Amino acid sequence: MSALAALIRRDVRIALRVGGGALIGVLFFLTVTVLMPFAVGPDLALLSRLGPAILWLGALLASLLTLDRLFTADHEDGSLDLIVMSRTPLELACAAKALAHWLAAGLPLIIATPALGLLLNLDGAATFAVALTLLAGTPALTFTGMIGAALAVTMHRGGLLLAVLVLPLSIPVLIFGVAASQAAISGPLSFGTPFSILCALSLISFVIGPFAAAASLRHGLD
Amino acid sequence: MTLTDLANPTRFLALTTRILPWLAGATTVLLAIGLYQSAMAPDDYQQGATVKIMFIHVPNAWLSMFVWGVMSVAALGTLVWRHPLADVAAKAAAPIGAAFTFLALVTGSLWGRPMWGTYWEWDARLTSVLILFLMYLGLIALWRSVEDPSRAARAAAILTLVGAINIPIIKFSVDWWNTLHQPASVFRMGGPTLDKAFLWPLLVMALAFSLLFITLHLAAMRNEILRRRVRSLQMMQASRVAFSSEVGAGSRDGHASNEIGAA
Repeated sequence: MSALAALIRRDVRIALRVGGGALIGVLFFLTVTVLMPFAVGPDLALLSRLGPAILWLGALLASLLTLDRLFTADHEDGSLDLIVMSRTPLELACAAKALAHWLAAGLPLIIATPALGLLLNLDGAATFAVALTLLAGTPALTFTGMIGAALAVTMHRGGLLLAVLVLPLSIPVLIFGVAASQAAISGPLSFGTPFSILCALSLISFVIGPFAAAASLRHGLD
Repeated sequence: MTLTDLANPTRFLALTTRILPWLAGATTVLLAIGLYQSAMAPDDYQQGATVKIMFIHVPNAWLSMFVWGVMSVAALGTLVWRHPLADVAAKAAAPIGAAFTFLALVTGSLWGRPMWGTYWEWDARLTSVLILFLMYLGLIALWRSVEDPSRAARAAAILTLVGAINIPIIKFSVDWWNTLHQPASVFRMGGPTLDKAFLWPLLVMALAFSLLFITLHLAAMRNEILRRRVRSLQMMQASRVAFSSEVGAGSRDGHASNEIGAA
């Protein structure tokens, strides 16, 4: 257990340090959100209708952007090999790394959401709903994205391949995340249904992600 | 003859040389019968002659999912049993599956034009088939991004299995999303209530397309095995050239061209 805690602490500290690059995801999130009004026009009513969708898309792309860092740096300096060979089960180590990545790169996105909600003319309740769905949904993005990151690091290919592999898998999260936010804002659906499914998707990804990522690291690194 | 016997590629090649002509013949005959029956099928009272697109569209859509199933079994073969031909089977199936999916999309869109008045409708089925197509393309991209086939095989196997778990989830989400955003105004084929006049040609066509897939798959597997042999022969030759030029080091400038010519 202490090994996992140490791994989480190390990863969070590396990510938040100079050169860690976790917070660049927030900057990207901000930039995407600012770009949107230029594409659809500065109509505040339209923006508040599209708001949840824009925030979700921005968060999805921002978390995709930082996923690359999940294994690459460790692979380059060799510590990934040590993690693979250590006595801690690799599945747990992968889960710990994903959790650390979410703490460093996912949580800041949710903290930034209220400020971005203001830009998109969302009221307090709507912003809260979007932040809540992001809180429930972004772990699923990180944990399924981890599979792609593990595959990409064993192939020595990051970037585009990672995006192509991960984006189709994140469609359910996007659907239910936006649906839950819309339900909370305008109805007619109850908020509970899509939100429960969103939580279920996160729970499923907690199971599948670490196992698939560990399998891919085990088979791929040599 | 068990699956373990087929682990020897030479035996596999010998077996497929014998059965491929028969498979191709059976496919041709069944396709001819199916197409004739489809052409003879009566027009639908609502859709007219366009209902005949169904006889091509539905088998393609079935196979688009069936091929992913085949690849998932092959992925288990790669990861669990380490069957030497499993990754060949998986690699050969991916482009064929993508082609069936693409044809399902195209025929669906051509069918949608007279029915819905538009080539593309964000209908739940079309949308989930489109996502399946994207996943096939991602898988092919993964295969193509790595040179070493066995390395690519294990990564592709993991992605295939993750996809096999995720595809039902995606399908369910898209269905849910579609009913949320669209009132059910889309014309739906009544699946089980299909008339016998349509059902028989459809079943024959489905069988014919399955045979077509098996034929194409075996042929593609043969090609892949032969391609890998060519690749290893080329690499052996390349290493021989490199080795002989290293042995002749020192006088490399003068003799390099001779040695490469000799090798």
